[in-house]
Amino acid sequence: MSGVAVADPVEVELDRSEGRRPWRLLLATAWSQHRTKIGVGITLLIVGIALIGPFVAPYEPDQGVEGQFPFSPPSSETWFGTDDLGRDVFSRFLAGGVSVLILAGASTAIGIVLGVAVGLAAAYSRGKLDDVLMRTMDVLLSLPQIVFALVLAATVGPELWLLVLAVGLTTMPRAARVTRGAAVEVVEKDFVRAAEAIGLPRRRILMGEVLPNIASPLIVETTLRMTFNVAVVAGLSFLGFGLQPPAADWGLMINENRNGLTIQPWPVILPVVAIALLTIGTSLIGDGISRAAIGIERGRGRE
Amino acid sequence: MHGLTGFVVRRLLLGVLTLFVTSVIIFGATQALPGDAARSILGRSATPESLAELRRQLGLDQPVLTQYWEWISGVLTGDLGTSLANSLPVSDVIGEPIVYSLFLMVLAAVISVPLGIALGAVSARRRDSAFDQTTSVATLGLAALPEFVVGITLVVLFATTVFQWLPAVAVTEPGVGPWNYPKELILPVITLVIAVVPYTARIMRASTVEILESDFVEMARLKGLPERRVLWRHAVPNALAPTFQVTALNLAYLAGGIVVVEAVFNYQGVGLLLVDSVRARDMPVVQAVALLIAALYVILNLLADLATILVSPRLRTSLS
Repeated sequence: MSGVAVADPVEVELDRSEGRRPWRLLLATAWSQHRTKIGVGITLLIVGIALIGPFVAPYEPDQGVEGQFPFSPPSSETWFGTDDLGRDVFSRFLAGGVSVLILAGASTAIGIVLGVAVGLAAAYSRGKLDDVLMRTMDVLLSLPQIVFALVLAATVGPELWLLVLAVGLTTMPRAARVTRGAAVEVVEKDFVRAAEAIGLPRRRILMGEVLPNIASPLIVETTLRMTFNVAVVAGLSFLGFGLQPPAADWGLMINENRNGLTIQPWPVILPVVAIALLTIGTSLIGDGISRAAIGIERGRGRE
Repeated sequence: MHGLTGFVVRRLLLGVLTLFVTSVIIFGATQALPGDAARSILGRSATPESLAELRRQLGLDQPVLTQYWEWISGVLTGDLGTSLANSLPVSDVIGEPIVYSLFLMVLAAVISVPLGIALGAVSARRRDSAFDQTTSVATLGLAALPEFVVGITLVVLFATTVFQWLPAVAVTEPGVGPWNYPKELILPVITLVIAVVPYTARIMRASTVEILESDFVEMARLKGLPERRVLWRHAVPNALAPTFQVTALNLAYLAGGIVVVEAVFNYQGVGLLLVDSVRARDMPVVQAVALLIAALYVILNLLADLATILVSPRLRTSLS
């Protein structure tokens, strides 16, 4: 990609922050901006609904409410009406967020861990292995995440572990590029040379010396990947390749109820708004952190 | 080889290599995983005889390398195999959807690229103004939204719940080109435009801001050129290079985005075909569409590199 920073940096006074760990300084600087606080607020709201929701749902999310027809309008019994099978929309909404969080979180974690491993190996080894690893990552990028997941789903069927694996594997090359890009400079630094000279094992050097020094770009990348993976995971379950009926899941809810939009829009509107807020929240956090990272970088450059 | 031709040849070779490896991945993904296509198609209750028969029919009883060779040599000679769903040649099945998808993507690109460039350039020119702030927040928010969320929201707003101005789904007839359905195209195109414009605008703003601070722009100002001319004649052309890169990546990403958007609007392109074929476990079609999308990505990247050279004066002279 290009070397142009998309976000404007925040001004950072470094003298105040001497001696602090890089990621602490990063998070503190990020937190000083309004957008980060708003992002954290929105994200916590949706995560809270998703985590607590299943325990406070007024009805069984996968059973019809007695005496209610499919697509009933909101009433005092069912606050947001019923869905295509006469189930309580509000209960399904409360119960249906946790799957998106777990699937997106797990696939992001797998992707980042694999990507960091590949990126570190490439940056540290340089030469042939570097070329082979990074060209392989480039090739993986030529299939959009959702297409790769669909190819796998065509063979195995809509399995959740497969969805996590597919989204994780397609997160890997993106994380690997960022890791290598940042680590390539760090491995040339004196303290890495020193660690090599005293004979520290390679794993200790990579995990103890290199990794902490590329924490900033990795934190930025992780929030960005989380945003995208929420979209991919929710999109796949919207297409019917995530959780299967009668499970309650935001993506699935939208798919099941979109034919009833003209008479009962709530089973579509609630999950759509929740997914939208979740992605906007995480991307605000990511934007705040990346502005902070660039600001810190520029501040160092001035010294 | 030197110069532009050498560069193009090298990039072409790299593209071909990428596609080759991608074809191996696409093929391998359907082989390496537990379970096989025959069982998936026939279900758990299938008899061993019918399984064996279908495996033979699909060529699954052959060694993997033979199967790959059969497939890839077919692809290269234009024989993409036979659809399992309707026994038609895959090339017949994907012909019309390709036209539908390309039309949708080209329309979205033609609208969103100039729009994104203009928004980004004006934001950079009026840095920190109300316009810039609004654009910044709007593009950040819109860039985060999944395409199906945007699509469904548009359906709620303009096709079903709030207003009923536009069709919610594209009901099209086979053999009729997508250009005959202007009303059906509006919402899918807007969805894709909303997916692309934020990225283009943000990168364009960032690179224009950088260029506006550079020496040669200062020089142009000192010559007494009006600011408008400085922006559009001096800064913008130089800011286009990184923008093209990002835009090409985005259009390639659109190849993934159309899958969901076409499913939302029931638009009969390759994306919807892919989803339907995955549901039907129609492997020959799935493989063909996946390879097609990868090819599109490689071609768009190549075009982006070429466009970058052609629009940036410095690179152009260094290569020729």
